[in-house]
Amino acid sequence: MIKVTDITVNQLNVHFDKAHALKDVSMKIGKNKITAIIGPSGCGKSTFIRCINRMNDLIPSARVTGDVHVDGTNIYDPRVDVTDIRKKIGMVFQKPNPFPKTIFENIAYAPRIHGTRRKEDLNRIVERSLRRAALWEEVKDRLNKSAYDLSGGQQQRLCIARTLAIEPEIILFDEPCSALDPIATAKIEDLLIDLKKDYTVVIVTHNMQQAARVADCTAFFYLGELIEYGSTRDLFEKPEKDLTEQYITGRMG
Amino acid sequence: MNRKLKQNIYFGLFRISGWMVVAAIAVLIGYLVFYGIGAISWEFLTQAPRVGMSQGGIFPQILGTIYLMVLVLIISIPIGILSAVYLVEYQKNRFMKGVWRVVVHNLAGVPSVVYGLLGLGLFVLLLDMGASLIAAGLTLSILVLPIIIASTREALIAIPPSLREASMALGATKWQTVRHHILPYAMPGILTGVILSLSRAAGETAPIILVGAAFYMPNLPDSLFSAFQALPYHIYALATQTRIALTGPNLFGSALVLLMLVVGMNLVAIMLRNKYRKKYRW
Repeated sequence: MIKVTDITVNQLNVHFDKAHALKDVSMKIGKNKITAIIGPSGCGKSTFIRCINRMNDLIPSARVTGDVHVDGTNIYDPRVDVTDIRKKIGMVFQKPNPFPKTIFENIAYAPRIHGTRRKEDLNRIVERSLRRAALWEEVKDRLNKSAYDLSGGQQQRLCIARTLAIEPEIILFDEPCSALDPIATAKIEDLLIDLKKDYTVVIVTHNMQQAARVADCTAFFYLGELIEYGSTRDLFEKPEKDLTEQYITGRMG
Repeated sequence: MNRKLKQNIYFGLFRISGWMVVAAIAVLIGYLVFYGIGAISWEFLTQAPRVGMSQGGIFPQILGTIYLMVLVLIISIPIGILSAVYLVEYQKNRFMKGVWRVVVHNLAGVPSVVYGLLGLGLFVLLLDMGASLIAAGLTLSILVLPIIIASTREALIAIPPSLREASMALGATKWQTVRHHILPYAMPGILTGVILSLSRAAGETAPIILVGAAFYMPNLPDSLFSAFQALPYHIYALATQTRIALTGPNLFGSALVLLMLVVGMNLVAIMLRNKYRKKYRW
């Protein structure tokens, strides 16, 4: 049932009006792996990850060229329906952004808009998603309470569960822990490692220790360019580029 | 000057201003109630005026005002809300957005009698609707459109972009996002605009005089193309065209009824708004 996909990025460029935010990025992201994107603020890492599910389409000034192949299909092909792309590629954002609805409705929304109507099916999806996001035990008795009653860390796991409910193949995380305390962060990190069995995970993070803890591969971006990309251990222990070394040793950024 | 003294002077000024507002409203309502309450009776609310408007009631005027509000509700609320949604959610061109905003703000500032002239020229004469309910309903609808658009727009842009992104990232279409998230979350603000508009439509006098309100009619309006009577014009007519010594109680009674109508609607709006706020808080 769960299908895992890799991602190939070719010559990706992004402009916002006149600003060249992403320059000729090409990389291949492996399936069943966690790939971390690191780099200083403004280096284009969020822009990059938002290209993979075409969220940049929502920004009127953004212009994207190049292509991103997911499962053999170029998602920037005009014949591709962007809602299909986003159903296949889930995203979790920097700040937890649950809907101001009940916990149940938060999860049930996506399956419902994609055509699941029967109450039993929805119940099953909600339970499965919450379990998978390690939240079920904490919320099973209050599914009809507002999602805003949850703590920040719980809200973020709810957002992950909400994404799991669309049965994506890839999950993108855009600095998912930057608004969370260390305990909530640790829970999310455990969850990420667990999720990679079934999904391809890409995570943008400010936190290099986080990348080192969870990622199989790490890419370092600087000023819109992909500087270095390789296995996390290689990148952190013997970086090839001076820039990378400066960044990971804290002399820059 | 001593800082504390300065603070006391300014706070004093604020306090006086605040109480002046309350006092003005209290005096207005007190005055109307004092002079008007005596006129209000079941007969007053359900009968037509008699004996040169010194006797009888104001039923045709209440009915006319309600008709107008219903017409405005049907015509202008959907158009206003939908155009604001278009403006905020679908129009991508920043220049056009600016143009729209300027147009709407300027429309809101046009004096109501000018709308009356527009209605007279366009609906009554050019489109040959005559002095009628429909002409007045359309005129008032145009008059309140900027209010609805502006308040809906405010309500829409107040919704955090992160909620839009959350929905879109789940593969929802723009319409699904608007339908299931944006509109429901914006509902308290939209309802506020709707009620403001309806109150405005109920109270406007100048435009309806030009496009269809009659001073006196023997019968109730029987179609959209009939002339009609309405509360604001009735109040104006009683105050200026009759002997106050005879019609005074009915005059204040009418003003009180109009006020109650508007206050009542505002209460409904507040209740609906609180209900939605409780349901969707963010």
